[in-house]
Amino acid sequence: METAWFMIVAFMLVCYVILDGFDIGAGIIHYFVGRNEKERAMNIRAIGPVWDGNEVWLLATGGTLYFAFPVLYAAGFSGFYLPLIMVLWLLIIRAAGIELRHQLDNPMWTSFWDFVFSGASILLAIFFGAALGNVVRGVPLDATGYFFEPLFTHWGVTGETGILDWFTVLSGVVAFSALMVHGANYLALKTENELNARARRVVSVGWYLLVVVTILSLIAVLNMRPRILDNYYALPIGWLIPVAVIGSLGAIKYFNVKGNDKFAFISSSVYLAMMLGGAVYGLYPDVLPALDPAYSLTIHNAKAGDYGLGVGLIWWTVGIIIALGYFTFLFRTFKGKVAAEEH
Amino acid sequence: MVSERTGAVTVVLRKFFLWRISPMEANTLDRIQFAFTLTYHYLFPQLTMGLAPLIVVFKTLAIWKKDERWNETARFWGKILGITFLFGVVTGIPMEFQFGTNWAAFSRYAGGVIGQTLAMEGTFAFFLESSFIGIFLFGEKRLGQRLHWISAALLFVGTWISGWFIIATNAWMQHPVGYEVAADGSVQLTSFWALVLNKWAIYQYLHNMGGAVVTGSFAVAALGAFYVLSRKQVEYGKLFLKSGVIAACLASIWMLFPSGDLQGRMVAEHQPVTLAAMEGLFDTTQGAPLVLIGQPDMEKQRLDNAIHIPKMLSFITYQRWEAQVRGLNEFPKDQHPDNIPLLYYSFHMMVGLGTIFIAIMVLSVFWLWRGWLFSSNWLMWIIMLSFPLPFIANTVGWMTAELGRQPWLVYGLFRTEHGHSPMVSSGNVLFTLLGFFGMYTVLSLLYIFLLLRRIEHGAGELKLIEPGLDSIPDTPTETY
Repeated sequence: METAWFMIVAFMLVCYVILDGFDIGAGIIHYFVGRNEKERAMNIRAIGPVWDGNEVWLLATGGTLYFAFPVLYAAGFSGFYLPLIMVLWLLIIRAAGIELRHQLDNPMWTSFWDFVFSGASILLAIFFGAALGNVVRGVPLDATGYFFEPLFTHWGVTGETGILDWFTVLSGVVAFSALMVHGANYLALKTENELNARARRVVSVGWYLLVVVTILSLIAVLNMRPRILDNYYALPIGWLIPVAVIGSLGAIKYFNVKGNDKFAFISSSVYLAMMLGGAVYGLYPDVLPALDPAYSLTIHNAKAGDYGLGVGLIWWTVGIIIALGYFTFLFRTFKGKVAAEEH
Repeated sequence: MVSERTGAVTVVLRKFFLWRISPMEANTLDRIQFAFTLTYHYLFPQLTMGLAPLIVVFKTLAIWKKDERWNETARFWGKILGITFLFGVVTGIPMEFQFGTNWAAFSRYAGGVIGQTLAMEGTFAFFLESSFIGIFLFGEKRLGQRLHWISAALLFVGTWISGWFIIATNAWMQHPVGYEVAADGSVQLTSFWALVLNKWAIYQYLHNMGGAVVTGSFAVAALGAFYVLSRKQVEYGKLFLKSGVIAACLASIWMLFPSGDLQGRMVAEHQPVTLAAMEGLFDTTQGAPLVLIGQPDMEKQRLDNAIHIPKMLSFITYQRWEAQVRGLNEFPKDQHPDNIPLLYYSFHMMVGLGTIFIAIMVLSVFWLWRGWLFSSNWLMWIIMLSFPLPFIANTVGWMTAELGRQPWLVYGLFRTEHGHSPMVSSGNVLFTLLGFFGMYTVLSLLYIFLLLRRIEHGAGELKLIEPGLDSIPDTPTETY
């Protein structure tokens, strides 16, 4: 049962990263693709009706995590206190940037919110990557089952670690590059002419950065946490995940060159899913590894009671099927390219 | 040259400032941060949950009476709802996060139960709301009137389901049911339906959602009064006023009876010490009076300057004039709510404001029926100026619930002092608390600015917002 919930939470996290990932990515390249006020307005419109629904996946994932693994929620969220609250602030100002920009037809107003939106998107991508990096590296959990990490200490991965060290910053850069490419694929899909051309250009150049940092991060993980391969050796079907990562990277390039934005977007979605999936596959059954493995939180010692998890499986299945219905309806209602005359 | 007198003043001042600047404990700061962010957050959902059913009514009237003005009304309030919804979402995310960041020990203890309702809110309400708010605001032309009505209705359902799960969570903390204590000391769910259909949750929900409708309908009526008084958008002003006062009248009465009455009886039955504190009843009394006004004096354990109705408290609580109501003296001190005066004032403000709402709105509906309302400037001024009051009433109502639950996080089971995150220091909490103060100040300014622009723009001239279709004329008249 707890394994089922582990997979459900992982699935929801992947959904969140793919969905909110493209609108955060659109924010990262906001200034590059949109060279003037009008073009930037087009970018915003491309994500306008859907970004809010995407972000809801974060809340739903958080709620599900709380429900299935309350001990993890308690330890992880209080341990990452400062970065999480900062993520909240970034989410708040980023939302303001998207939604308030078009409320007033004044160049100072729009340029201010453009800057807020883009800046917050860049920082969020890096923070989310760093957060995942922390989970992969392990955190200083002790016998009490809690920990607290300052934002940074000595930038190393051993001893008294901080949220930011060389490894988690590298993870942040991976997330930044991946979401940049992913967001550019989305904008290419939703726009035409120069904007489309520029978005494709981001993909074609950003791809090289993505390949380099992906390889670097893999080397770093294997050096720092060789145990992550245990599950792969135990159940070799997992090796399909790194194969899929490589395949999706190749596919992004291929479809980008071919000018097929839709398949390029699907490829970058697969890339994100497989990168997360690879980490999750290696971590299982840990949900929050400790620097001292004896204190690691696993699906067994962090889970909620069996009765609750069993009931949850029923309503979650019903709920998610209904929700997928809304999402299909939403995306179909607003499908197609954004038009220049949109008001 | 320091005289004895200035010396004494200095001592007093120093005491005062020391109290002010002495570092507070993490638990206190965690409480302040949660209370502040939650109070601020709930200013927005109460308006969205209140407006959502009204918009369904407007939309229904538009289709049923084939009157485009009701459609414009629905669109106008839809825009207000859209802005408010956004602020509700962004201030709501911190609430969910804080269960983990600031209240880790509580989450560890109770996550096995309340994680259930919070996760269900995400799955059943958030997806519904967030999808259909976009469809409702931007999809009218693409979908046509019937589907647009359905999207308004689903938006209403979504916001009210969201309310249900939050109330069910809070109700479990007020009146825990359907749980068992596990081997590690945490509580785990044993009955899903007991949690979801908690009796406390049902009464609390009826009362709370009524409160949201009071806020929404007062807002509609107040803006209507403003438009009529300012001779601007008079036609829409009258529509707003008419629909607003009728809805506000029904909702205000609902708050007193039956929902407020039922909620009060739940408190009397399950939290008698809270009832005593709310009413400022220090000693057990036969035929207890209902206090209208007065100041609790905690040192002397009595109510100063009390004005009361004799025997009324006994009657409304137990339906018998001579019934005995237990006072604070019957309960051990460590069971008392930790801020009795604030609890007492919160409760009395809520009841006082509720009474005023009924008075204003019953009068307004009568005036409307007689056809005097639109020419009675004094009454429209009162309606217009009363729009902030429901926000205050809802806030103090929630303060009554939350202060009344103290000193417990989960009533009778888990104390508030044990709930905070053990590893998060007070310095870090103060940092984020100050950050939230700043962030929310900016949000407030933005919200007020946007709302005033909407109001200035008014209803009526609103065009359907639709990509690329604006230039296409809707009717032959427009073409020429």
